[in-house]
Amino acid sequence: MNGLRLPVRAFGRNGTKAPWRRPSLRAALRRTGGFRSASVRFAIGYAVLFSASAVLFLSVIWWGTAGLIERQVEASVAADARALSERWTDGGLSALALTIEDRLEDNVDDDAIYLLVDPHGQHVAGNLPSWPADVAMSNVWYQLSVRRAGARGVAEVQGFDLPGGYRLLVGRDVRGRAMLRRLLTDLLLWAWIMITALALGGALLVRSMFRRMISQIARTTTAVAHGDMTRRMPLHGRGNELDEVAEAINEMLDRIARLMDGVKQVSNAIAHDLRTPITRARAQLEYAALHGKDEATLRSAIEDGVADLDNITAVFEALLRIAQIEAGSRRSAFASFDLIPVLRDIAELYEPAADEHEIKVVMRLPEHLPFYGDRSMIQQAVSNLLDNAIKFSPHGGSITVASAVGPNLGMEGSPAGRVATIAISDEGMGMSEADIARASDRFFRADSARNTPGSGLGLSLVQAIVQLHGGTMQFSRRDPGLTVRMQLPLPTARGKTVGANMKQDSPRPHSGDSSPVVVSAP
Amino acid sequence: MRILLVEDDPTVRGFVSKGLSETGHLVEQADNGKDGLFLAVSEKFDVVVLDRMLPGGIDGLRILETLRSQANATPVLILSALADVDDRVAGLKAGGDDYLTKPFAFSELLARVEALGRRGRNESAPQTRLEVGGLEMDLLARSVRRDGQKIDLQPREFRLLEFLLRHAGQVVTRTMLLEGVWDYHFDPQTNVIDVHVSRLRQKVDKPFPQPLIHTIRNAGYMLRAE
Repeated sequence: MNGLRLPVRAFGRNGTKAPWRRPSLRAALRRTGGFRSASVRFAIGYAVLFSASAVLFLSVIWWGTAGLIERQVEASVAADARALSERWTDGGLSALALTIEDRLEDNVDDDAIYLLVDPHGQHVAGNLPSWPADVAMSNVWYQLSVRRAGARGVAEVQGFDLPGGYRLLVGRDVRGRAMLRRLLTDLLLWAWIMITALALGGALLVRSMFRRMISQIARTTTAVAHGDMTRRMPLHGRGNELDEVAEAINEMLDRIARLMDGVKQVSNAIAHDLRTPITRARAQLEYAALHGKDEATLRSAIEDGVADLDNITAVFEALLRIAQIEAGSRRSAFASFDLIPVLRDIAELYEPAADEHEIKVVMRLPEHLPFYGDRSMIQQAVSNLLDNAIKFSPHGGSITVASAVGPNLGMEGSPAGRVATIAISDEGMGMSEADIARASDRFFRADSARNTPGSGLGLSLVQAIVQLHGGTMQFSRRDPGLTVRMQLPLPTARGKTVGANMKQDSPRPHSGDSSPVVVSAP
Repeated sequence: MRILLVEDDPTVRGFVSKGLSETGHLVEQADNGKDGLFLAVSEKFDVVVLDRMLPGGIDGLRILETLRSQANATPVLILSALADVDDRVAGLKAGGDDYLTKPFAFSELLARVEALGRRGRNESAPQTRLEVGGLEMDLLARSVRRDGQKIDLQPREFRLLEFLLRHAGQVVTRTMLLEGVWDYHFDPQTNVIDVHVSRLRQKVDKPFPQPLIHTIRNAGYMLRAE
């Protein structure tokens, strides 16, 4: 019991309550944000757990060892007493006395205690002068303090009654045992102190690791919060949890950066490309107000102004629509439908317009192509692409609308599956590699296309729609002309939205089983 | 037609009511939701033009829902600055018959209001024949004749002509055609509709001395017999 309590008390003394450590501890706590700081609490928890388990472990060792020593003493005394009583039975009093003297002689450790007294209490043999008063009953353990050869010691003794009124006392001086016990206690105490010190050291280490990890995140996020969008969490490449967190944060930051880029682009675009038509409308109206002489001039100026404003509205609506699609909030309208009638309908809508420029619209479509997506978005995307194709096709050229299902070749890193490809090819002037790279930028218009009507938002809208469907958009040059290909994953392959990266060298997944159909009025 | 206009912006309200009055309609105005609701439930109108966002705690959709809950089937055209597809769907779900986004051209508004007014009048009798100035369309046999002469039309041309005939005497805008004939709710950038109409004219008007399909400048088309 004593053994178990001792280390506990020692823990209390050396723990956080130690009076001489209090000021520095408090200062340290203040520095690190006190007990509310997660890292401090984490470290304290670690240290407490560690030293508490050390206490438990060492106590078990102490208890076991001390008990073993005690049991050993008891066993040897009992064996001694048994042997002596046998001597008494065999040889009587003189034999017993002789044996006791022999034993005392042979006792190397000098820890044996024997006493044989006669019925009057007179000393017969043994190394105690007289029968101790405390030992009244036989077969009961007593602890005595004995003085032998000038040294005081503690002895454990047991008295035995012998026939004829003689009494025998057998015991062991347990001074050595007490010393051993003290030694063990000291040893274990020191061991515990060292373990606690190690635990505190470990706790500090854990705390600093914890803090380093947190502060890295905090530093990065604070830097980002203060406007440095280029900062990223460093990766250690060990693929552990820290890297996972860092990667997740980096991904989030990338996404935020992309969104912010988008916003910046739009605001720049608004600044540049909306101001121009607004300025034009304004100038026209102002000029008319100042210099318009007759009603006809005024009327035409006003009509031009209104047309300009309508144009601005259209640009504005396209911008809003792109922003809305890019925010990814329109997946609610996704449904299953057959892509082919949709494509045919759009082609039919544009076919007279193409016909007017003597452009043939050729369809290479399979019978059916079940698709999952937003029908009106797909209509819009195809319509924009056809619109472009017609705008940039020369007289007498042809436009091909093709669609097929193929394996997922163009999109790396996306789940293997099938994609629906919608490709629209024209024989127009095409685009240079540099223009292709920027084709879907908002308001981008190739220099060669400056003279055609348009806002430069058509392909941005297509791009946004394709992205919403988790697909990619590719431009490839033809001779002459351009092919724009939308690759849209089919339901079975539907996974995470894949970022649209443009590739020009992908294979053309046109299916061979669909015969070309020329859709054109005679 | 008797038209109720609920719109809080005075410029837009003045412009619309003036335009509607000039084309021979009777216009009642309200500049907030409360008055608008009161007028709408207490009087009889042919068409209600309703701004969606109104001051005074009662917005356009509330008025619309209240009207419909009282089994009032007056055609309602919703005017709104909310161009979102979802907003549009919400407006139509609440019982709106048509939806027009701001900013709008007056011709577009007028065309839509007149289309709504007419729909309110003859919805009861499903027609099987449409006829204007010698141009006859048999909706059951899917055949078209003009002055007794058969005209061959492709399915889409047939639907385009049907739409024009159903709105004979009214301006039909390009957006209305795109929505009504093709069911597309986006704006194609080029003049695709014009080309379709001009093709239809080739068949319907060109062989005959009197043109029926007229282009209305800055607005759209109208089918009418002179």
